[in-house]
Amino acid sequence: MTNLLEVNNVSKNFGSFTALNNVSLAVPKGSIFGLLGPNGAGKTTLIRVINQITMPDTGSVFLDGETLQEKHIKDIGYLPEERGLYKSMKVGEQALYLAQLKGLTKTEAKQRLKYWFDRLEIGDWWNKKIQELSKGMAQKVQFVVTVLHEPKLLIFDEPFSGFDPINANLIKDEILYLREKGATVIFSTHRMESVEELCDDIALINKSNKILDGKLTEVKRQYKSNTFEVGLRTDNNAKLEQEIADKFSISTAYFKTLDNELKLNIKLNHVDKPNDLLNYLTSKAEVSHFVELIPSVNEIFIQTVKSNN
Amino acid sequence: MNHLPLIIKREYLNKVRNKAFIIMSVLSPVIMIILVCVVAYLSQINNDKVRVITVLDESGLLNNTFKNSEKTSYNILTGMSLNDAKVLTKEANSSGLLHIERFNNLEEASNYIKFYSEESPSLSLVSDIEGKLEKALTAKNLKEKGVNVDTINAAQIKINMAQESFDGEKTSKIDSVVKLIFGGAAGYLLFMFIIIYGNMIMRSVIEEKTSRIIEVIISSVKPIQLLLGKIIGTSLAGITQFVIWLILGSILLTIVSLVFGIEVQTPQQQMVEQAVATPEINAQVQNILEAFYNLPITNLIVAFVLFFVGGYLLYSSLYAAIGAAVDNETDTQQFMLPIIMPLILAVYIGIFTVIEDPHGTVSTVFSYIPLTSPVVMLMRIPFGVPVWQQLISLLILVATFLFTVWFAAKIYRVGILMYGKKPSYKELIKWIKY
Repeated sequence: MTNLLEVNNVSKNFGSFTALNNVSLAVPKGSIFGLLGPNGAGKTTLIRVINQITMPDTGSVFLDGETLQEKHIKDIGYLPEERGLYKSMKVGEQALYLAQLKGLTKTEAKQRLKYWFDRLEIGDWWNKKIQELSKGMAQKVQFVVTVLHEPKLLIFDEPFSGFDPINANLIKDEILYLREKGATVIFSTHRMESVEELCDDIALINKSNKILDGKLTEVKRQYKSNTFEVGLRTDNNAKLEQEIADKFSISTAYFKTLDNELKLNIKLNHVDKPNDLLNYLTSKAEVSHFVELIPSVNEIFIQTVKSNN
Repeated sequence: MNHLPLIIKREYLNKVRNKAFIIMSVLSPVIMIILVCVVAYLSQINNDKVRVITVLDESGLLNNTFKNSEKTSYNILTGMSLNDAKVLTKEANSSGLLHIERFNNLEEASNYIKFYSEESPSLSLVSDIEGKLEKALTAKNLKEKGVNVDTINAAQIKINMAQESFDGEKTSKIDSVVKLIFGGAAGYLLFMFIIIYGNMIMRSVIEEKTSRIIEVIISSVKPIQLLLGKIIGTSLAGITQFVIWLILGSILLTIVSLVFGIEVQTPQQQMVEQAVATPEINAQVQNILEAFYNLPITNLIVAFVLFFVGGYLLYSSLYAAIGAAVDNETDTQQFMLPIIMPLILAVYIGIFTVIEDPHGTVSTVFSYIPLTSPVVMLMRIPFGVPVWQQLISLLILVATFLFTVWFAAKIYRVGILMYGKKPSYKELIKWIKY
């Protein structure tokens, strides 16, 4: 699979402060790429480098195989975290203006705006001023403006903040729709459940360095600890627990069950097979629950950042 | 991609459609006219009042000196003590009491003349009375010393030197005054324009930061295009407002003067009207008109437009740079002085140095320095400046303007990245390199 965006060894210093330190990334074409990291890690600086707002001190950026240059402005759609529109301008006028700045002609922009405004059911806002809209409403307008010129690369910085659950879902569907139509999406957020749900690839940046990246499934595989959560029905919980503890490393598990079962997390060493464990357990008790523990993005995030610090 | 026309259009429409802008465009001339009317009315009231001065002349030397005029009437007292005269003056509610003691030596007259009043008298009143006394007593003194006044008057010679440049161009003192007025008006206009609309540009630059749209815009266009667009768009809006003021103002003035007649005449107009009445001053008006036609009109108009535009653009790019460097409007105060200073300096140099010596070192140097050249050069041109000098000055001005816009654009980039933190000079230089 080819990469739409490649960031190679990019560094950026502000005075004595290092915002990015030798960061490299590859965003596959057609993927949804999660750019994660704690506050102040350098995510926004990286996004600004991709948007040519900031020039890197060293390193290079390639979009679709070409060195990033001015003409690529129209290939990128950027929804910054610091959102804003001209407050005293009318919605339609403003959207037209911003679309024209991205290289659309007026008629093109009008057509597409009509399509998108109808799609998001905001057609009757055309003549309203931004200051008359609520924050969420303004965000919708801004979303339309970001995607209107049908860029190859969409960059969303916290796209769901300020939206109610219904609108957040609407925007999520739109992002998936855009991806289906061929766009590549970079997605920067602190909401791990949306990363879990949407992202194919992730990269984790902490303290100006990239500390983790890859396919989400690969990352999870890499971080799973071969631990199984089990529920066992037996007459004597304490006796069985002792027996298992002699053979495996265990800890107490917490999950909801109907009966007073023995609930354990059992960690296997890498030679043991899950089936062997299951066979062993069925020989001892009735197994009501057997699940492999896959780490969530949230857990990976916290674990990696903590150990990195 | 060139988005400049698009940005200019947006900035222009945004300014012109602004409610405050529309209201100010219409209201300002109305307020101005009302102000003129009020001032004219008030001065009329003041003029109508007749001042009464009580005079107690014990010397008897000044019998025919004080004659009633339109604005002042004199109440001459005789055979009364000073104290009685004071009481009488107070009761009569007159402006004051002039007391002249009996005295012999005319040269010591000052010691015997005193003015009593409730409040200290106005400067014009004092100098008026002093003038009358001096004239009368000098005449008396001359007579006493056996000198004939008529002889002196006849012997006095007045000189009005004719001036001519080597090119054969005739000039005169009045010429200088006309030139000064012309240059001064041009300089003052530029000054006002810069202060009013420079601020507007600065606010419009800050607006994008406070509304947080800056990141969207800056990811679409180059900062220099954005800044240039803002400066040009706002300037056009400013010119629009100025034209509206001019048109509306003259229409209103015409209407008001038709309705109220002579009342709204300014003192200058009255002066001119009075002047026409007397042949001597009539000739002077003729001179003024002649001096006006003698000005290098074409050069002046072309230079005025070019230097006005150049100077305005330069200063507005400085305002834009300030807007780019700060986060909100309150932070701009400290940067204002360095901008206003050269402007004020230019006006002072224009008024004091250029008039004294239009082609001296100081005038010449300051007509090249870009921050002062628009004002100083405009004031120098009526006195005749070679075209090549004007061109060089203009070239420096335009180059500086381009440099400032470019510089402001760099600051802009740094400014949006440094929320709440001032960029260091080192950092600025680094950014400029990119």
